Amino acid sequence: MFYAIAVFAPLLGSLIAGLLGRSIGDRAAQAVTILCMVLASICGVASFIDLVYNGVPAGVISLGTWVEAGSFHVSWALRYDTLSAVMVAMVTCVATLIHIYSVGYMSHDKSNPRFFSYLSLFSFAMLMLVTADNLLQLFFGWEGVGLMSYLLIGFWYHKPSACAAAMKAFIVNRVGDLGFAVGIALVFFVFGTITFGEIFEAIGAHQNDAYQVFGTSFRAYEVIGILLFIGAMGKSAQLGLHVWLPDAMEGPTPVSALIHAATMVTAGVFLMARMSPLLDYAPGALGFIAVVGGSTALFAATIGCVQNDIKRVIAYSTCSQLGYMFIAAGVGAYQASIFHLLTHAFFKALLFLAAGSVIHAMSDEQDIRKMGGIWKKIPITYTVFWIGSLALAGVYPFAGYFSKDAILEAAYAAHSASGTYGFICGLLAAFLTAFYSWRLIILTFHGAPRADHHTMEHVHESPWVMTGPLILLAIGAITTGIGFHEEILGEHWHAFWGESIRIASTNHVLHDMEELAPWVGLAPSVVGLAGIALAYLLYMGMPTVPAQLAQSFGVIYRLLLNKWYFDEIYAALLIRPITALARLLWQVGDATIIDGIPNGLASLTSSSSGQVVKVQTGSIAHYAFAMLIGVVVLVGVFLIFR
Amino acid sequence: MNWTLAIPEIVLSCCGMAILLYGVLSRGNAFFMSSMLSVGALLLTGVLVLSTDAGSGFFGLFITDAFSAYIKLTILVAAALSIVMALGYAEHANMQRFEFPVLILLCSVGMLVMASASSLMTLYMGIELMSLSIYVLAAFARDDLRSSEAGLKYFVLGALASGLLLYGISLVYGFAGSMSFDALGAALADPKKVSAGLVTGIVFIVAGLAFKISAVPFHMWTPDVYEGAPTPVTAFMGTAPKVAAMALLVRSLAGPFSDLLGQWQQLIILVSIASMLLGSLAAIGQSNIKRLMAYSSIGHMGYALIGLAAGTPAGIRGVLIYLVTYVFMNSGTFACIIAMRRRGRAVEGIADLGGLSKTDPGLALALAIFMFSMAGIPPFSGFWGKYFIFSAAVAQGMWPIAVIGVLTSVIGAYYYVRIIKVMYFDNAEPAFDARPASLSFVAAASCIFTTFFFLFPAPLVAAADAAARALLG
Repeated sequence: MFYAIAVFAPLLGSLIAGLLGRSIGDRAAQAVTILCMVLASICGVASFIDLVYNGVPAGVISLGTWVEAGSFHVSWALRYDTLSAVMVAMVTCVATLIHIYSVGYMSHDKSNPRFFSYLSLFSFAMLMLVTADNLLQLFFGWEGVGLMSYLLIGFWYHKPSACAAAMKAFIVNRVGDLGFAVGIALVFFVFGTITFGEIFEAIGAHQNDAYQVFGTSFRAYEVIGILLFIGAMGKSAQLGLHVWLPDAMEGPTPVSALIHAATMVTAGVFLMARMSPLLDYAPGALGFIAVVGGSTALFAATIGCVQNDIKRVIAYSTCSQLGYMFIAAGVGAYQASIFHLLTHAFFKALLFLAAGSVIHAMSDEQDIRKMGGIWKKIPITYTVFWIGSLALAGVYPFAGYFSKDAILEAAYAAHSASGTYGFICGLLAAFLTAFYSWRLIILTFHGAPRADHHTMEHVHESPWVMTGPLILLAIGAITTGIGFHEEILGEHWHAFWGESIRIASTNHVLHDMEELAPWVGLAPSVVGLAGIALAYLLYMGMPTVPAQLAQSFGVIYRLLLNKWYFDEIYAALLIRPITALARLLWQVGDATIIDGIPNGLASLTSSSSGQVVKVQTGSIAHYAFAMLIGVVVLVGVFLIFR
Repeated sequence: MNWTLAIPEIVLSCCGMAILLYGVLSRGNAFFMSSMLSVGALLLTGVLVLSTDAGSGFFGLFITDAFSAYIKLTILVAAALSIVMALGYAEHANMQRFEFPVLILLCSVGMLVMASASSLMTLYMGIELMSLSIYVLAAFARDDLRSSEAGLKYFVLGALASGLLLYGISLVYGFAGSMSFDALGAALADPKKVSAGLVTGIVFIVAGLAFKISAVPFHMWTPDVYEGAPTPVTAFMGTAPKVAAMALLVRSLAGPFSDLLGQWQQLIILVSIASMLLGSLAAIGQSNIKRLMAYSSIGHMGYALIGLAAGTPAGIRGVLIYLVTYVFMNSGTFACIIAMRRRGRAVEGIADLGGLSKTDPGLALALAIFMFSMAGIPPFSGFWGKYFIFSAAVAQGMWPIAVIGVLTSVIGAYYYVRIIKVMYFDNAEPAFDARPASLSFVAAASCIFTTFFFLFPAPLVAAADAAARALLG
């Protein structure tokens, strides 16, 4: 019951704010959505505690039938197990804090009810996603969050860049969704059902099923795993389909924090964990996941080092951290990936909101080259930014330390090629992460003020509705790691996760993690501290050196600054040819041929109308003549064809 | 002898004479009274038609059956509606002369005779009685140049058509040796023995009748006469005579000539396609709504002919249903057209309807319903008329003509819907004068029939079915 309230309260809030927002006013719309979210988070946390600590049994809450077609049955149902409950608790808590923060951040905006309605509706869709009991309902939530992401990125629809970013996000996600949809179809094809419980029961029976495609035979599990991962790549912005995430920063900052850092982008990771019973039997797909995850982690971190937009730096960091989560999933340490998802949700939401607070203070300036020297004026923001960065860089005892460490240990402990690749990439990325985090802190808060006099005068700490959530998130960023580390990953992880994460009997990665050489555990911290030190050295100690470096390594610098030219390559390889093809089909196929047929027919009709009317001269002689001709013709026809 | 079968015709003729006498003898203007008496006479005749038994009289010249009763009632209703419409028109057009309703009565007698004709002689007599009345009616506004021209044009061309008809009758009589439908049917039972002369005669008869229903290529008079004649006369010409002539065509082709179906079918198909095409194409460019209705009626007759061409009871049933729906749509539309009067002067341009939805929403709605119905858009009655016709044709495997019919109704929809567009979306023209109650009555009655036919189609369909079976057995 609590569980259902946690899922549906945001929907109620969204409907009230969305449909009645104009009549009840901004304040009431905010109050309603926040009250509903608070209720949802209380229920969400309560149902999590009930399940994990009070021994309430896991189960499925059935809501009704959705599709009933032949052998294809889909119900509306809420799955109540640890994986879903953790996600529900996390999503509702973070979303609640972001709702509250938005009251302050969006105070100057004119369409508050719409914004809060969207936010709540997003939360509902995300909750539907994580509580789904079958793949179709998951897909419903998946598309729901995609839609809300589109609407929220384009929230300021008067900005052309926001509209473009919203469309980009939507279209890039379509690519991934295609893979996901085909994956669902293939699951149904192999298992005859898309309900999780029934799939997982039948895992053993279909292990050796083959799937013929392009004349080659593949193991069905591998194909399903890859297809589902392609879906996850789109939503979680993995290498290749990552291009939408940095652009998504066009949305209001709370949106970036909620959707593009804490919740939606982690849906892909969640999907991997949800499908863990199947993926564990698809080693090929797992290897692919680890390699893509590792590459993304490193790749995004390199870009993050040179970006100048405060939100974009954090966006690339998100991309990179998602890569970590996929490394963990790819080596079979699903618990570690969900653990990192959890800690990341707190510290990344914290970082985004703190960045929002900075932007707010700097009169909507986002370029860090025009900041600096403000740390004394906004002490709370400065402090929580530090906490967030420490957690991100993985410094003990902050949350990121535990989860990132666990991921790298798991990657090493996997003793596979893909695991080792993930480990190396992850280690390098950890160094870069620490580096760009402190570059960001130093450039943003320290040094001489680079903003103009007018802006500097206005720099002020944000109101309590914004700093309050920041402080709460900071507490989360400090405690989630140390608090849950033992339960989630320790020896008794079975007690915590129950049946929600089921791994094959061959998967010992969590056990092996405990028996690694000590240097593996220390390495991330060491490279992290080294990164921090380097950033201090370059930006605090010798502020002129970075520019010189950028000049002397111009090629690399420009490569990174332009994001490895991904957008340009896509534009050349895909967008321009497709646009050209579309233009061709439009102008030749549609406007000329398809429109031409009815238009031509119409003008033919009207011109023949003119011809027909010409015969109508008004002269009786002509008329009589026509009649006689008619008789002759008819007699002729009759005599010839009779 | 059995003259009692002709009592409706006899009574109607006597009524006509009596009303004429009354009009001549009464002091003052007898127009209104004689109109009312005429409507009463038509109603009385309708009752008599319903109470007449089926049978054959006057030595096989005259026949009454379900078919003739169906047609007669339709004709009487159409004639009555026309007289009522003329009430509202006449006072403005200096047409308040008592001869007008009397002429319509006499014309109706001719049409009733046509409906009961079972011999080529009766056929000709009915047609001439009808036509002579209409020639006079068309020129009834004798001070109006256009009306006189219309009457004269119709008379000259009608005489030519009569000549063709008579020539055809004489050819048929010469080659078959009889004018009675029964005897002709027996003589033509074997199509292989039919001579070319007889066939030529049939074509001439068809041509004479096609002139009356204004089927292509005998349609040329229609736009000019429709435009020139006083509007109530046009309304009358567009309904009752069409029904009567179509009934005659059906009765002769499906009766004595029914065994020659394979031969005249091609002819009817040809005429039908030509009528549909011309009716829809030529109407597009029209700016005068009466001319538009002229082409529209040409097209409608083309559709009705499809049912005849099918040659089955279902096809004949379709024709009969089509005729009734057509009578109501047409009467209603002309009631709306007669109501188009601005500061005492009649206007006939389509552009004059601009913004009618704002100045007179009721009239605009009625006209819109008639236009939708004429375009064959469900659920209005016009759709069902077309539906029965096309389904009969398709049942006979006549796909091509059904497809052509559908395509031309698409073209037709363009100009019908254009009128609706003008009424609802164009800038408002000055309002029309207040319309007489008689026009509102006709428009509303037609509107009700057209709109709600789909709810209660059974009585009409059953009657048409009985009529078709009476004809084809």
